[in-house]
Amino acid sequence: MSDDSAPDNNASRRHFLIGAGVVAAGTAAGIYVMPRFFGERGAAGAGAAKGALPVDFKPHAFVRISSDDTVTVILGKVEMGQGVHTGLPMILAEHLDIAPSRLKVEFGPVDPAFNIPFLPSQFTGGSNSTMTTYQPLSKVGATARAMLLAAAAQRWSVDAASLSTDDGVVTDGRRRLTYGELAEAASKLPVPKDVVLKPRSEYKWVGKPHPRLDSRDKVSGKTIFGMDVDRPDMLVAMVARSPVFGGKVRSFDATAAKAIPGVVDVKQVPTGVAVLATHTWAARRGRDALQIVWDEGAGAKLSTAGQRAEWQALSRKPGVVARNVGDPDKAYAAAARKIDVEYELPYLAHAPMEPLNACVLVTETQCDIWTGTQNQSLDRDAAAQILGFKPEQIVLHTQFLGGGFGRRASTQSDFVREAVEVARGVGKPVKTVWTREDDLHGGFYRPFSVNRVRAGIDTDGKPSVYMHTTVGKPVLINSPFGSMMVKDGMDPTSSEGSADMPYAMPNLRMELHNTDEIVPILWWRSVGHTITGFVVNTALDELAALAKRDPLELRREMLRDKPRHLAVLNKAAELAGWGTPAAAGRHRGIALQESFGSIVAQVAEVSVSGTDVRVHRVSCAVDCGFAINPDQVVAQLQSAVVYGLSAALHGEITLEKGRVQQSNFDTYPVLRINESPQIDVAIINSDAPLGGIGEPGLPPSAPAVCNAIFAATGQRIRRLPVSASLKNA
Amino acid sequence: MISLTVNGERRDIDADPEMPLLWVLRDLLKLTGTKYGCGAALCGACTVHLDGEPIRACVTPVSAVGAAKITTIEGLSANVDHAVQKAWMELDVVQCGYCQSGQIMSAAALLAKNPQPTDADIDTAMTGNICRCGTYPRIRAAIKRAAELQTATAGKGAAS
Repeated sequence: MSDDSAPDNNASRRHFLIGAGVVAAGTAAGIYVMPRFFGERGAAGAGAAKGALPVDFKPHAFVRISSDDTVTVILGKVEMGQGVHTGLPMILAEHLDIAPSRLKVEFGPVDPAFNIPFLPSQFTGGSNSTMTTYQPLSKVGATARAMLLAAAAQRWSVDAASLSTDDGVVTDGRRRLTYGELAEAASKLPVPKDVVLKPRSEYKWVGKPHPRLDSRDKVSGKTIFGMDVDRPDMLVAMVARSPVFGGKVRSFDATAAKAIPGVVDVKQVPTGVAVLATHTWAARRGRDALQIVWDEGAGAKLSTAGQRAEWQALSRKPGVVARNVGDPDKAYAAAARKIDVEYELPYLAHAPMEPLNACVLVTETQCDIWTGTQNQSLDRDAAAQILGFKPEQIVLHTQFLGGGFGRRASTQSDFVREAVEVARGVGKPVKTVWTREDDLHGGFYRPFSVNRVRAGIDTDGKPSVYMHTTVGKPVLINSPFGSMMVKDGMDPTSSEGSADMPYAMPNLRMELHNTDEIVPILWWRSVGHTITGFVVNTALDELAALAKRDPLELRREMLRDKPRHLAVLNKAAELAGWGTPAAAGRHRGIALQESFGSIVAQVAEVSVSGTDVRVHRVSCAVDCGFAINPDQVVAQLQSAVVYGLSAALHGEITLEKGRVQQSNFDTYPVLRINESPQIDVAIINSDAPLGGIGEPGLPPSAPAVCNAIFAATGQRIRRLPVSASLKNA
Repeated sequence: MISLTVNGERRDIDADPEMPLLWVLRDLLKLTGTKYGCGAALCGACTVHLDGEPIRACVTPVSAVGAAKITTIEGLSANVDHAVQKAWMELDVVQCGYCQSGQIMSAAALLAKNPQPTDADIDTAMTGNICRCGTYPRIRAAIKRAAELQTATAGKGAAS
């Protein structure tokens, strides 16, 4: 996207949207009130400041059709690898009737028109981008097409019903007018209230694999990520932060830092001490040269071992009851065979490949922010609050994200706040960049979690009771989303996937203990399901072993009344060849989780030699309702499995005297290509309401692998990562 | 003043000799296709070619480059038509894309030396390049596809 054009577009779109008043995405079904159309001359055309200005036909904030035949889709969502930069334009293009490959795609400004339907927030996360915009984008495309048809009908004095469209052209069978040629006329027509959407059976592009629209720039190094932003007179800053969470600067000496060539300034900010320099290397060297005395505070007492002991004790006490079904205590007492076990999952860093960064320019009247964030409106509001500005004085220039996984959806807007603090008063753009060590030490982890499960089977070998007490810091409490989503101390992200498991369980209880350690935590790809997916699916495997039953058979029985789940389970089993002998030395494990509206089952095939676990193959089946771009659904499943295996096999953030023990990819290993298994994916288009796809592939991968390890060795993995369990065995 | 040859052009820069080549490329020469990911030769995002050999620019002091020719992702091909880039697009390897410059430079160096790499060869050459999006299955397939494309081109060249 052309960065310099953004402010112009921003102004004109905002005007337009205010005029429109309503892009009211009122319900989950996606009822959408169309804004009025807005035709304008020139001003909005990207890079069209001089010379002949193209006429823009801009039906609304989501698409702009210019007289030069450029059709631009404006995305309110951000692209972090998950493919919305291709999938969402495909939906609009389908109903507008133009090949998606001919579209231009731009990232839009912060605007309420782009808010998600269930929160007043412009946010890319929770796997909801496609499911919440499918209807509105379809309607936008269809409405624009109807108006282009009407404009052509007027031009030719014929009935619009006698006309048709074909890939950017309106025709009566003989004559042709391009969308660009019709743009100005169409912009002056009334907006039809209700257009009829074409049925899926007539789709030309949606539902079939389509190449990513961002591929070419990404393979040529052209794509600009936040880290690559370069502005005139820009400085680069690095911040020295407290070595323990909650620590404060007591004093510092910047003499040596200021002597480093290229260092321009050193200043204290709320999070530490910032070194501003003319380039990154000078900022780094300057920061290394700082002498800082810290008031470490109580955070210096934290250790993983201490937390573990405390939380294990808590897990044996009654907590807040998130759900109770039947009479679990009685059923547990009556169970023929039972388990009383603990599952532990560590803090995890997201570690996106692109370390955090934000470039900020603060002037008297405006603050420009160039960054990749999943939390656009919240970050804008945070910047406004710091500076005492109105939200509309903040201009956010969204860049491509070098991975997000939840880290760039900071509920505290931490990295944007800090960058604003660094840049305020400087008068020049300042790009604050994090190192990998900063990223791993910086908190905002997936919560550390201790879980006690008491479960049992009856005399027929059927699971009869499941009681789960989870201990950990809730993601949403104390976040700006807390007041809307947390009730009576119950954070839905702490219980999701367990309290509401799809498996039939006659007696069930889930209890929560909310901890409040100083370590900042955050949603991490698949949020609560990364924990509950492991707990539920491992516990069920334990029950199958108690009952001496095949884990697939047990699950089939428990999902008997859930045809979608059953179909997914069976598909994964079939793909993996469950029931047929695996290659010598290989063993299989299975897991299924429903999350973000989609159902995913996985079978992992592993071999174990001593403490060495090799995952050879993961067979996945997914029902996300309807796959918009099936090849990207496959890609997201592959992605989630690899991300999930990194966590299952290696990932662990631990604390000692308040210090994070891991600092780079040597001490925080992630999956590399030599450990990456064959991943097969089967998609089931059930035509159920759309589900998400960025996250649902993750929860089953760790339990599928650990259940396979049990099949291979008889050893039950109850603590992740696997490497920690096998070492301690 | 230090003289470098970057993507076939001579570039004179004024830099601390200890400055890693990565920051020279990114901050001084504005070639941002080469990425910072770890700063410690652990992730491969900064991979560039030095006389055709893949190196980690984040730990290579600019003074160590000497007369060697530097190739970055921007200089890999004139029209995004290197066999590796073509295969990457054909199989839609990229997701977030941040690590892909490094992946592509490592893959291109592998294929230049070993036109028909086995899975084991690919593992050896590519294990230094981390991808958090998990594009590994496609990287493996795309390297094999690039090998085919390269062979086909070489065959055509020989026939004409």
